[in-house]
Amino acid sequence: MNYTFKWSVLWTGQSGHWLLQGLLTTLELSALAWLLAVALGILSGALRTVQLPPLRWAATCYVEFFRNVPLLVWMFFWYFGVPPLLPRGVQDWVFNHGAEFWAGMLALGVYHGARISEVIRSGIQSIPRTQFEASVAIGLTTFQAYRLIILPVALRLIVPPATNESLNLLKNSSVALTISVAELTFQTRQIETYTAKAIEALTAGTLIYLVLCLSIATIMARVERRYAIPGLIARVGPAA
Amino acid sequence: MDFSVIANNFRFLIVQGLIGIGPFIGGTLRLAMPAIVLGFALGIVVGLARLSATRWIRTPATMYVEFFRGVPLVMVIFWIWFIIPQLLRLPIPEYGVALTAFVIFEAAYFGEIVRAGVQSVSRGQVEAATALGLTATKTMAYVILPQALRNMVPSLVTQMIVLFKDTSLASIIGYVDLTKAAQIVNNREIKPFEIYIFIAVVYWLCTYSMSIVARRLERRAA
Repeated sequence: MNYTFKWSVLWTGQSGHWLLQGLLTTLELSALAWLLAVALGILSGALRTVQLPPLRWAATCYVEFFRNVPLLVWMFFWYFGVPPLLPRGVQDWVFNHGAEFWAGMLALGVYHGARISEVIRSGIQSIPRTQFEASVAIGLTTFQAYRLIILPVALRLIVPPATNESLNLLKNSSVALTISVAELTFQTRQIETYTAKAIEALTAGTLIYLVLCLSIATIMARVERRYAIPGLIARVGPAA
Repeated sequence: MDFSVIANNFRFLIVQGLIGIGPFIGGTLRLAMPAIVLGFALGIVVGLARLSATRWIRTPATMYVEFFRGVPLVMVIFWIWFIIPQLLRLPIPEYGVALTAFVIFEAAYFGEIVRAGVQSVSRGQVEAATALGLTATKTMAYVILPQALRNMVPSLVTQMIVLFKDTSLASIIGYVDLTKAAQIVNNREIKPFEIYIFIAVVYWLCTYSMSIVARRLERRAA
């Protein structure tokens, strides 16, 4: 192997600044997409368990279509496919306000929302049906039963698979580089382009991802222990 | 909206992009199928290594799994893309780069499935096999793995679907799969909405039929 290492490229010039910017963009993109994904996931996951067929079907269509198509295709769809359908003025506004970031956010959030939905559904289904029946018997509406009884228990049950899925979202945010969102992988490539030092640049990017993922996993393991429901050892399986 | 663009480019998208027959070396299926087979094969090795009683085998396997589950696939693809030509001192076609990256990356995930599958077989089976006089290798090959495979089927198919979708990332390094074919057509026709919705439906038909098979297998295994 004929390669001269020059690790100093990582802290000379603009590299450090680029890596930091990339990390911040990755975190911002992932955090916003995560909020969207959790909102969509809870809504559609809960709807898939209710007794109203039209709502259940709508949620099923959303989940089955969005989670079975590659994220990359959704990135291109939201970035290239959707804006031309918008009115001219809106289009100009969107392209002047970081369209690639918002398209990436939508792609990540909607795609992972469908995946989180499956996690939440399996959490809800692992709660005995009698809990719901008891809630209705004491006079709660369906909405109240979900909000006050079913969801709080389900959310505590699904901490491990939900953590897993959230880490997938964080890692998948790297796909946004294809629509030129300047996140961590994009900046790693940029350092490589400017310095021609591929191994150093990739090592830096890889280590940042590893540290990020491992620390989140460690924190969440604590959260899991803290919020585990005493007496329940049933593990909720991650569905897909 | 004008879907005639799909009809005009149907051959290129499906025959070249999805299947891989045409002027370019490409094809989603041509990449996904060997990647699934080889990734699962390496996954069995990794999964069994993680269960090994010898620490020198177990620890590297655990590190392998933890490492690849902690980094994005895009990163791994770039690693292989830059490193292999450096190591071998010769240019590697995109197909080789993509296949290597997928096999190495997915083996970590398949390995976890294999490990969980083996651990789901009850301890009494090992004891019974040992009592019958089978060696450790024979116990694994004839008693544990056949039962473990049955338990693994649902999560295996799920992982295959994930891998199938992940092959779209090979387009980043220029491999002409379905996604890249769509980009090529779109550069000429500028009909992004129609084209990307169409390939979304094609991907969906492939993955959804895989998940229907999975559900059927699950019911039979139960």
